[in-house]
Amino acid sequence: SGINAEYESSGINAEYGEMVQGYKLSPNAAANFSRKVLAKALRSNPYMVNLLLAGVDETGEPSLYFMDYLASMAKENYAAHGYGSFFILSTLDRYYREDMSKDEALDLLKKCIKEVQSRFIVNLNAFSVKIIDGNGVTEVADIPGRGTVHKDVPLEAIHPLLAKA
Amino acid sequence: AVVSSSGINAEYGVLAVERRNTINSLLDDTFGSEKIYRLGSDVACSVAGITSDANVLTSRLRLIAQRYEFTYQESIPVEQLVRNICDIKQRYTQTGGLRPFGVSLLFMGWDARYGFQLYQSDPSGNYGGWKAACIGHNHASAVSLLKQEYKEDGCSVKEALLLAVKVLSKTLDINKLTSEKIQIATLTRSGDRTVIKVLNGDETSKLITEYEAEAKRLEEEKKGASGSKA
Repeated sequence: SGINAEYESSGINAEYGEMVQGYKLSPNAAANFSRKVLAKALRSNPYMVNLLLAGVDETGEPSLYFMDYLASMAKENYAAHGYGSFFILSTLDRYYREDMSKDEALDLLKKCIKEVQSRFIVNLNAFSVKIIDGNGVTEVADIPGRGTVHKDVPLEAIHPLLAKA
Repeated sequence: AVVSSSGINAEYGVLAVERRNTINSLLDDTFGSEKIYRLGSDVACSVAGITSDANVLTSRLRLIAQRYEFTYQESIPVEQLVRNICDIKQRYTQTGGLRPFGVSLLFMGWDARYGFQLYQSDPSGNYGGWKAACIGHNHASAVSLLKQEYKEDGCSVKEALLLAVKVLSKTLDINKLTSEKIQIATLTRSGDRTVIKVLNGDETSKLITEYEAEAKRLEEEKKGASGSKA
């Protein structure tokens, strides 16, 4: 969320680094580098952006980093930003387990989305879900987007992104 | 200044074996480890050449390593550190009209990606990765000795230490090797920490004694063998 055009330059840095070194930047290094960028700009020209940075390192170990616009950072098993976080964090606290499988984790995510669609005052129908693993970043296609909208309302009317391809 | 270094890649650690300068009774030797420099938590280097030039480079190396760690909260990969300083050394050969640094460096280090590594760099800014290397006085004969004795399929830290002592004793212009004349450092992993250790006088003496005993034993074996032929 927030103004994130400047962040693209950090992404290009990661790509460049990979070419020079011959191997990818680890999630820990990428996260700390990003946090440093936020911190350096904070007291002059701050980035108004909150981040969730997820990655998998060379050994297959995944990690999730929560960063906010004040350049704070925490490595977590689960995290959330924005108004939805007020609802989601409780759901995650209750149902998250360290030994979850990928499918169980996706189910938990769907639970979170349902919670937001049920309790949050703004209607949020379209969600983009991505999985980051050894194969890279893949979009998950079957996340429902209807929320609490009546079942007779066609998906395209809710949002063009929900129209079937 | 006459300095000889040798680095040997063993399975558990990498060694740098150093020689201290000529023993002068007037020299104040309260400060140890003059020619082995810790560059970071996982990298150390030793130098051969003009000491004052070396000091500039090692200060720079330490800054580079710590700057990386400050930004990425991770140890700098060994090759990246070597490449960075070599890029600086190269600049002095091409621009500015300044003279190059009269220093050769041997780096020993560990990183998570490539494990234990040994790099050698010279005043041109060229660098290479090695299984075993030698710089400084008489390094040519030391290298040829290493070529004969170095075992491809790895050896333990102890064996590598003894090999280093052997190489040093044969290439330095001294009759008897003592712990004051050489300095040895090992780099090993213990759990998820890297341990860089400079051996103290007693440990060095023990190593030398062990090497000499082994050398003597081999001499006698040879004599016995040739004696029985006669």
